[in-house]
Amino acid sequence: MTMQSTYPLFTALPLAAAFFNLLVTKINKKAADYIAFLAVGTLAVLAVLTAFEQPFAYRVGGFPAPWGILLVSDGLSSLMLIIVNVIAFLSVIYSIKYMTTYTAKPKYYSLFLLMLTGMNGVVITGDLFNIYVFLEIASIASYALVGFGCEHEELEASFKYLVLGSVASTTILFGIAFLYSMTGTLNMPDLARQIEIIGINKAVAFVIAMFIMGFGLKASTVPFHAWLPDAHPSAPAPISAMLSGVLIKAIGVYAIARLMFDVIGPSEAVSSILMFLGALSMLVGVFLAVGQSDFKRMLAYHSISQMGYVTIGLGLGLNPNVPPAIAAMGLIGGLYHMVNHAVFKSLLFLCSGSFEYRTGTRNRYEMGGLIRKMPVTGVACSIASLSISGVPPFNGFWSKLIIIVAFVQAGYYVYGGIAVFVAFMTLLSFIKLQRFVLFGQLPARFVNIKEAPFGMTLPLVVLAILCLGLGLAYPFLDQSVLRAASDALLDKLSYMGYILGG
Amino acid sequence: MKPELVSSESPKGMTPVVKTVTRFAMGIVFMFGWYIILYGHLTPGGGFAGGTILACGYVLLTLAFGKEVALGKMSDRWASIIDNSAAFLFVATGLVGIAFGYFFLNFPPHGEPFDLVSAGVIPWYNIIIGLKVTSSLFAIFLALSIFGRFVSKLVEEAEEEE
Amino acid sequence: MILYFLTLVLFVMGVYCLIAKKNIIKKIIGLTITDYAINLFIIIIGYRAKGIAPIMFKDMTVQELAEYGVDPLPQALVLTSIVIGLGVLSLMTAICLRLYEKYKTFDMGEINRLKG
Repeated sequence: MTMQSTYPLFTALPLAAAFFNLLVTKINKKAADYIAFLAVGTLAVLAVLTAFEQPFAYRVGGFPAPWGILLVSDGLSSLMLIIVNVIAFLSVIYSIKYMTTYTAKPKYYSLFLLMLTGMNGVVITGDLFNIYVFLEIASIASYALVGFGCEHEELEASFKYLVLGSVASTTILFGIAFLYSMTGTLNMPDLARQIEIIGINKAVAFVIAMFIMGFGLKASTVPFHAWLPDAHPSAPAPISAMLSGVLIKAIGVYAIARLMFDVIGPSEAVSSILMFLGALSMLVGVFLAVGQSDFKRMLAYHSISQMGYVTIGLGLGLNPNVPPAIAAMGLIGGLYHMVNHAVFKSLLFLCSGSFEYRTGTRNRYEMGGLIRKMPVTGVACSIASLSISGVPPFNGFWSKLIIIVAFVQAGYYVYGGIAVFVAFMTLLSFIKLQRFVLFGQLPARFVNIKEAPFGMTLPLVVLAILCLGLGLAYPFLDQSVLRAASDALLDKLSYMGYILGG
Repeated sequence: MKPELVSSESPKGMTPVVKTVTRFAMGIVFMFGWYIILYGHLTPGGGFAGGTILACGYVLLTLAFGKEVALGKMSDRWASIIDNSAAFLFVATGLVGIAFGYFFLNFPPHGEPFDLVSAGVIPWYNIIIGLKVTSSLFAIFLALSIFGRFVSKLVEEAEEEE
Repeated sequence: MILYFLTLVLFVMGVYCLIAKKNIIKKIIGLTITDYAINLFIIIIGYRAKGIAPIMFKDMTVQELAEYGVDPLPQALVLTSIVIGLGVLSLMTAICLRLYEKYKTFDMGEINRLKG
């Protein structure tokens, strides 16, 4: 069995494990931990191994394209697979201990595995309707997981997220139907060829608007961000880490990137729309985050702001008026910031979960001086805060630097200035967080708390080492992974060639 | 099927007219549902449509006779077991195709067109999906109406008032 | 042409129900109507004037089916979309029942504890 024929396991294995889990736990409740750990561990190892392969296309069922479904593996897909599966593996290790405070743990693991199926499916497929089906699987699993502990506010947040997410999915389906009626095919490399022939007329512009609205809501760009500050704090902590660190990238930003670069092609209108929406997200997110008292709600607003950085990087890559080297640099900055944000944002959410597990509160004005009692969690939280603010030598600094330099060299001084200003405001917000949560007076009722259990601190240590390592190892990453991903996006001709492969 | 539960004088369920007609109609409903599932590769229908008809047959049983009879036919524990094992079998059959070459490959012999036993693995998928949809929709009906805490709380409040 | 316009009217009615009504059950019904309007739009795309259903009988050839039949691919898309709509509807109803238990009301204007 070669590496190529194990490619559909990324969707088949978590799906089978989710249903097998519910069967086995009727007999023995403890088996759910082992099944989830084994399944997601296998996927993480497979994802790292698949990154070393040459790009290929896999035909499902043996049907030739364009009549069958293609699974495409190129630089961008392997990068996304590594991010999704490694962070999922660390979340599963964390939730073995954390979810003992909730009831119905086997159902939690089944929903988690279904969400992982959906995200993997969106990333590996090469067929437009298949993206919609897997997007819905991931979204429905995440609606159920947000309201998992059935308290007042969690159910309200879940309902709000459900309604807004369904409207976005309806809009995406409308765009897909429109595109099918114009071209007559659903296969993405074949669609790329047809749109080359048709050109970007008014109908294609309408479809672009539908896709930016639908996938933009999933990626939480302003003005479609209203569900995120309610949904992400209400979820249990490992699910918040998955939602904020991976889901909004895999079904939001990845889908916009794949469709706008490889299927529709570079154009100036789309580029300026993406840059404008990205800048708006950065500003609105960081201004609303400064005054929050809830720890996780502040982190959710910062997610909106950091995804703005990735969006303006993508927007610069689409611009046909700047020289190709600068566009590639902007795109690499955006992709690198996506990787970094996945690592430090999930680290921050897992730390907030550890604090909540021991102290029982999420309000940062009630906590204080926790670094004396919980040293490992406190140091990991400090490392993540320095990373997200862009302090050297951690990884946030390098990706923000590349984005700012790319914009200044391309002549967009306003966007570069906004990026620098937002970085300062992020630093301000996280210094305030450090002062209230980690340093300062320890309240009297927290005198007896201990460090979090080992199963919960191990993922924090691994992610903190990754924060430092991804920053220092940037030249190595640039040669191997990031350059391959950005080349796969910018080269529309090679994507059209996948229709013959497999 | 215990005779005293489905007799016309039992206090639960609906009037004797409804019960008699349902006793005749149930066989036709279930047979029609299985016909749609099994002929899914020849005529319109298939797994999902046939499964919905079968689930509606179980709902009809609940409405006409009361919940004990329906739970005696398919309890919530069995619905969950059939649901999960059918889904697991579906993915496992797809994975067997990898041994023959491609994921979800149609590997059994294809047979003559327009026959009942033809088209390879498609009738097998139809049966699996039919079982899964039946048990899923009936489980959703049970969870929302009979086992929901909303309903049981209203029943408790009504009993407290009496 | 008039069929597309009527589909759009159905879509707008669904969105109106979702936005303007206060009861949570009416919002759920509005969202379902919106879903079904998009499904109807997808089926109408595949229509061909004076077409027959894309089922092959024993004495037909493939050329006849390709020339006279309506497009079967949108019908497969709609089957999947209806099932997805069913999943979302059942999840919404379950959350709505739990919301009634906690807040004791179906009025969406009073379920607003999360602010800011």
